[in-house]
Amino acid sequence: MIDLKGYGPQLAEGAVVTIELAFLSLLLALFLGLTGAAAKLSASRVARGIATTYTTIVRGVPDLVMMLLFYYGGQVLVNGISDLLYEHYEIDWFFQFDPFISGVLTIGLIFGAYMAETFRGAFLAVEAGQIEAARAYGFTRWHTFRRVMVPQMLRHALPGIGNNWQVLLKTTALVSIIGLTDMVRVAEEAAKAERSPFLFFIPVAAVYLALTAVTELFIKWLNRRANVGVVQGEG
Amino acid sequence: MADVAPLICRDIHKTFDQNEVLKGISLETRKGDVVSLIGSSGSGKSTFLRCINLLETPTSGDIIVHGDPIRFKTDRKGERIPADNRQVEQIRARLSMVFQGFNLWSHMTVLENVIEAPVHVLKVPRKEAIERAEAYLHKVGIYERKDYYPAQMSGGQQQRAAIARALAMEPEVMLFDEPTSALDPELVGEVLKVMQGLAEEGRTMIVVTHEMAFARDVSSQVLFLHQGVIEEQGSPEKVFDHPESERMQQFLAPRF
Repeated sequence: MIDLKGYGPQLAEGAVVTIELAFLSLLLALFLGLTGAAAKLSASRVARGIATTYTTIVRGVPDLVMMLLFYYGGQVLVNGISDLLYEHYEIDWFFQFDPFISGVLTIGLIFGAYMAETFRGAFLAVEAGQIEAARAYGFTRWHTFRRVMVPQMLRHALPGIGNNWQVLLKTTALVSIIGLTDMVRVAEEAAKAERSPFLFFIPVAAVYLALTAVTELFIKWLNRRANVGVVQGEG
Repeated sequence: MADVAPLICRDIHKTFDQNEVLKGISLETRKGDVVSLIGSSGSGKSTFLRCINLLETPTSGDIIVHGDPIRFKTDRKGERIPADNRQVEQIRARLSMVFQGFNLWSHMTVLENVIEAPVHVLKVPRKEAIERAEAYLHKVGIYERKDYYPAQMSGGQQQRAAIARALAMEPEVMLFDEPTSALDPELVGEVLKVMQGLAEEGRTMIVVTHEMAFARDVSSQVLFLHQGVIEEQGSPEKVFDHPESERMQQFLAPRF
């Protein structure tokens, strides 16, 4: 076994933080992505406008800039609101932006925009005849969405979701910059203190690689399930 | 109740943008009628069929399903829309449709396709729906394929599965939109045979078709549409053997 000079438990804790951060961000991103796609495809011009503004801004600003903006800017905003509430309504409310929450919010928001594009394309790829058949048999809109559109959309969306997930997982490394003690930050401190970068960064790289590899297998399995009924080599 | 007409359409008009596709089509059916809608492409026959179950909303005119008139209202843009989506859903459940491109749900097996609407729309208990579905799959001759996915079957088998899906709704009227036009010639016969069987059972059917032999031999009523108007209407004998309109005579003349 490699001798991690006593940093082992800390690194393991950091890895757990990384995983928690990635999964919570993914949940938020999937939620924002579905909502964003539904808004972009809706008949309402207001909904389309909001969703388009969201994806345009978020996809055009560097992840790191967004994260710094959220972490520092978010706290300034909360402080302002808190002061205002206390002065005018005597409501004592305060909220401390910690790096973890900022990380989840930022990463979720960023990848929500990418997911929205993925879902939008996938919904558009569902054959019109499939939806028409549902309407012709008296399905409600919700039933059509749940039983026909979502299962068929997933076939087209899963490869994109898998891709987004891998990038998302690696983006979590950025939160070490705003002070979250994830795996990367622990490794960085240990590497400096012990003057042995290879000893600490290579295991970290291996953990990322293992996580992406395992989830890649899971997505392949999901993909097989979603593509049941599709004859390979056609369509 | 026995004499209520399954479907009455009165003076149906449909305009897309500036283009009037249907210029007043009326149709009255009795129980057990098999109505063939024929005409060249662009004549409006498919649009008329799609107006019946409101896949297209008629610009004006009435649709009455088993004595129940579909209610319309005018939206903010001044366009006519159904007044009550709930009513439209209920009416669609009584008029099941068979499409040119089959449109079986590709992520469900044949059996799942057939029970989906009975279970979720008509609220038939699942066990009963499965029994019913299996009986209909026997009838159309693809019971052995009930666990196949649509993509694993030939076009003729898919269309027969789609007919079983329509039958499982036990509909007032079955609507067929060019059911054999997407099939290879050697598969057309198996689908027409199933449809002929249904006609003989006394099911009310409206069939948009290019199969003149089917229209002549199986239907009780033939409508010949040309540019959105009924040019010729009546029994197959009248329409095919003694057509009054010049258009119908041209349509029947050999074109080679």
